[in-house]
Amino acid sequence: MNKTCYRIQSIVVCTALFLLLAVNAPLVSAAESKDIILSTTTSTVDSGLLDDLIPRFEKKTGFRVKTIAVGTGQALAMGEKGEADVLLVHAPASEKKLVDAGVAINYQLVMHNDFVIVGPAADPAKIKGKTAADAYKAIDADGAVFISRGDDSGTHKKELSLWKEANVVLSGKPWYQESGQGMGATLLMASEKAGYTLTDRATYLAQKANVKLEILSEGDKPLLNIYHVMQVNPEKFSKVNAAGAKAFVEFMIAPETQKVIGEFGKDKYGASLFFPDAGK
Amino acid sequence: MTIFLEGFQSAFNLLVSLDPDVLAITWRTIHVSTVATFISILIGIPIGTALALTRFQGRGLLVSLINFGMGLPPVVVGLATWLMLTRYGPLGVLGLLYTPTAMILAQAIIASPIVAGFSLAAIQSVNPKLLLQIQSLGTTRFQYLLLLLWEARLGILSAIIAGFGGVISEVGASMMVGGNIRGYTRVLTTATVLEVSKGKFELATALSIILLALTFIIVSLLSYLQQRKAGH
Repeated sequence: MNKTCYRIQSIVVCTALFLLLAVNAPLVSAAESKDIILSTTTSTVDSGLLDDLIPRFEKKTGFRVKTIAVGTGQALAMGEKGEADVLLVHAPASEKKLVDAGVAINYQLVMHNDFVIVGPAADPAKIKGKTAADAYKAIDADGAVFISRGDDSGTHKKELSLWKEANVVLSGKPWYQESGQGMGATLLMASEKAGYTLTDRATYLAQKANVKLEILSEGDKPLLNIYHVMQVNPEKFSKVNAAGAKAFVEFMIAPETQKVIGEFGKDKYGASLFFPDAGK
Repeated sequence: MTIFLEGFQSAFNLLVSLDPDVLAITWRTIHVSTVATFISILIGIPIGTALALTRFQGRGLLVSLINFGMGLPPVVVGLATWLMLTRYGPLGVLGLLYTPTAMILAQAIIASPIVAGFSLAAIQSVNPKLLLQIQSLGTTRFQYLLLLLWEARLGILSAIIAGFGGVISEVGASMMVGGNIRGYTRVLTTATVLEVSKGKFELATALSIILLALTFIIVSLLSYLQQRKAGH
């Protein structure tokens, strides 16, 4: 009697385990070398550009792209550890370190968009029309609220380099607040607090309807936001999907793709969000 | 206030029009959360039962650990699972990172202590006299356990409901180990976070409403099972 019970018990347990594995089998087997991991910044996803481009790439090449949208800091770190196959980011100074270290290869210019400084229409610090550095100085002088991404993203790095250029020391400034979130959420926070923030134009245009913020400073050269695509070096990291990464880099700089990038957003916002630059 | 109304409206529209993206996300949410809950039942109930029925040195510490685990922050579990599953991490060879399986794994880790802790409490609150009575019937060990679990069924189902509630509402771990990949690992919670960061509050509200409705339906089913015979 006792033995039979144990037998029944083990059969029940084994069947349950088997069922669970069976349920998961298609999911487990899906993780194969047809997958490439694209580590990129939130701006390319939040703007909707990648939702447009990725299906085209997948259809053309048969690879499946796992897009991981994170801050540039994490995106680059994933490349450095060989946890991603291909990177699409916009922090040239940090990218250069990866290229110099041999971590990233096949480094290609893809496109740019630009940063703008946005703030409330009332513009308490009177920054309208000023260059980026002068605008930052004015914000510092006025003590108006400024919302920083504070997440080590490309935008955050750009913002910090601009503060440096403006010779403003940030430590202990109560008006300087870090959101620690993506661009969309940061814009909303700036809008709620009637503060200033630095944003890429694409995310701003996509969000414009939801926020009470206006473009106050734009067009200054340091405000350009340049995107590069690069492969993670398969000689350094054996587990990297080199073929898929190479195909993705080639796809991003191909003339047809560049055309799509230039057209993207025109129908919706009446202006291009990204400007194709490949080969320049 | 209008955003809630618009959210209801668009949740309704999305469901009625059988929006394929939303249906896929909803189905994936059900799949991931239920499988994770099943695994946590398989792990949690035996552990809870064993701890309830035994006395040994260090048991107190184990019970504390289980109770501590009931409040494990999902992001911490997510980070730990992420680190384990990365290509060059200890379990990297499995190639599970950024798959639904990874999400199931992380969620099972979150839910198992919850199920174990509630089961432990449920079994310990079964009247000890009843236990003696069961034993006096000359039951085998297995029959004894089954009867015991049957007597504790109210609490055990609460354990399952709590475990399920823990995983279906969880976002941090799913985001980290699943990566919120469109059409693959995007579930209702992570999709909601994404839509908020895009500023699409209406869609985010719609997704939240679908999530609430889904949770309510599943929890109602479990509650029905729980309460069906409770009157006796």
